[in-house]
Amino acid sequence: MLSSAAKRVAPMPASSEPAAIEMVGMNKWYGSFHVLKDINLTVRRGERLVICGPSGSGKSTMIRCINRLEEHQHGQIVVDGVELTNDLKKIDVIRRDIGMVFQHFNLFPHLTILENLMLSPIWVRSMRRWQAEQTAMHYLERVKIPDQAHKYPGQLSGGQQQRVAIARALCMSPKIMLFDEPTSALDPEMVKEVLDTMVALAEDGMTMLCVTHEMGFARQIADRIVFMDQGEIVEMNNPSEFFSNPSHERSKLFLGQILY
Amino acid sequence: MKALSLSLQTAPMPGQIRVGALWRYAKLLFGTPLNAALTLLFGTMIVVTVPPMLRWLVIDGVLFDPDPNACRVAAGACWSFIYAKSGQLLFGIYPFDERWRPALVCLLILALLGWSVRPASWTPRLAALWVAALVLIFWLMAGGFGLIEVPTSSWGGLPVTLILTVVAIGVAFPVGILLALARRSTMPAIRIGTVVLIESVRGLPLLSILFVASIMMPLFLPEALLPDKFVRALVALTIFAAAYLAEVIRGGLQAIPNGQYEAAAALGLPFWRTQYLVILPQAIRVAIPALANTIIVMIKNTSLVLVVGLFDLISSGKAALADPDWPSPAAETFLFIGAIFFALSFSFARFADFLERRGLTAH
Ligand SMILES: Nc1ncnc2c1ncn2[C@@H]1O[C@H](COP(=O)(O)OP(=O)(O)O)[C@@H](O)[C@H]1O
Ligand SMILES: [Mg+2]
Repeated sequence: MLSSAAKRVAPMPASSEPAAIEMVGMNKWYGSFHVLKDINLTVRRGERLVICGPSGSGKSTMIRCINRLEEHQHGQIVVDGVELTNDLKKIDVIRRDIGMVFQHFNLFPHLTILENLMLSPIWVRSMRRWQAEQTAMHYLERVKIPDQAHKYPGQLSGGQQQRVAIARALCMSPKIMLFDEPTSALDPEMVKEVLDTMVALAEDGMTMLCVTHEMGFARQIADRIVFMDQGEIVEMNNPSEFFSNPSHERSKLFLGQILY
Repeated sequence: MKALSLSLQTAPMPGQIRVGALWRYAKLLFGTPLNAALTLLFGTMIVVTVPPMLRWLVIDGVLFDPDPNACRVAAGACWSFIYAKSGQLLFGIYPFDERWRPALVCLLILALLGWSVRPASWTPRLAALWVAALVLIFWLMAGGFGLIEVPTSSWGGLPVTLILTVVAIGVAFPVGILLALARRSTMPAIRIGTVVLIESVRGLPLLSILFVASIMMPLFLPEALLPDKFVRALVALTIFAAAYLAEVIRGGLQAIPNGQYEAAAALGLPFWRTQYLVILPQAIRVAIPALANTIIVMIKNTSLVLVVGLFDLISSGKAALADPDWPSPAAETFLFIGAIFFALSFSFARFADFLERRGLTAH
């Protein structure tokens, strides 16, 4: 019931779920270059958002503003009821609750897989060692590579590394997961194993924002698709509408390029 | 098993091996006109220099005879001087009856160094152990609290070299890390201050820094505030080493991709934990060869304290040579001291090599 209602009212879902992320009139500049122009976006808890758009349109910058890897200059970003400001303590608290998966994995090469996963539970959540190890093994099993626990990242394939990166984020029990093109650096045969992991996560009800050009995946899991171009949100719609009947010329052009 | 039996079957007769190997060496040494010329040149040099050297070192040398006159008549090296004077060479002018104290200090430092190179002992407790050991070392050397007091002006020899090396490098390393981080700071005041400090220290010869610390500081500091000469030299060495180590570590930091900082930030790791757990272990590993180089230079730089009147190994050697009862066998003495420096530097080089290889397997 809830989710179908959410899908009908696409741009700003009038669901009873509280907002996980709210961006209001958000703007960002790199020097004089206006990267993000008046972004308004509300993401409900449990919602799965896919963000797409041409390269350089500001997708990465937008999701990196959510955990303050980038700073916005104007407007508001509220995560879980907390507004993002320059308060460093607040930023660290917000980051604990947001997991992020990068295009190039960014695993820590000097630590084993297990140590990669245990690092922040121990040092940020003050978990006991044995407890952190238990959590780490639990998530390694969920991404189906418990047997690699004692290897170093450099000894794993790209697909395996990306699954480790997902598990590492999950070890912090985040409320929101951000994905920035998690499969674009992978060889084609490894894309599926990573997408399968993400589908499983979506089915568990995780709030997800995912920058990706994997349109099959978007169709399968997205509640809404956000299309960006030149720093603006051009269109926001549910997948079936977006794919079959895009309302903007720019979305049509983009879909034409990416689907064929 | 299979490979073994195969190689047994095809193994050539011993004679064949020798001929084959000989042929290979002959080709290597005389294969081209240039190689043949070089072989002849170096061969001649070896034939000309090695036998006289051996004759001087061993055959004509005085090995054990404790009588100084034996050295006067002998044509070779006077090694008995090294035995007879070993106490003075190693401990300088430290009071004779108290020599057990610097001897104990040397053993303590060497034992601790040996203990510290094992990866298994790299815990926070090791740092505490070193601090406790340093307190003990300074008590043993300086005395007080039940031991006869010995002023630093009477310290000398190996313990001085070891203390200067270990303390200067031990303190300079963390200070160098902080300077390297400060130099990359986004806060202009901190960054510029660090650049000025590092560049002025690097722009001055160590000798002039030592002179400033020991000769100029007394000119503008009142007696009561003036630290001991030994401490002043130690501080000068530390600052010098820290500036160089900072630049080497900064080189390592520059090799760390931005993604590492971003991943740590995304996990909620605060600044210092990110540095300590993620960035520095990688940066230092990258910088190991250059770090080892700088540290080895610093081990040998400690001998420069002799210009400000501290008695390190080399000054003790010179003092021992002044004994009128003996001919002064300077070459032997400096070979002996050189051997000690070589042992220290070479052991450290091996340790750095071990760290580097250990890092390779971890990637
Ligand atoms: N650190 C930066 N400094 C200046 N310009 C940047 C920086 N990062 C990104 N940009 C620019 O901002 C725009 C948006 O980048 P990005 O968000 O990475 O796009 P996308 O992820 O959609 O490909 C691009 O034109 C890019 O060149
Ligand atoms: Mg991008």
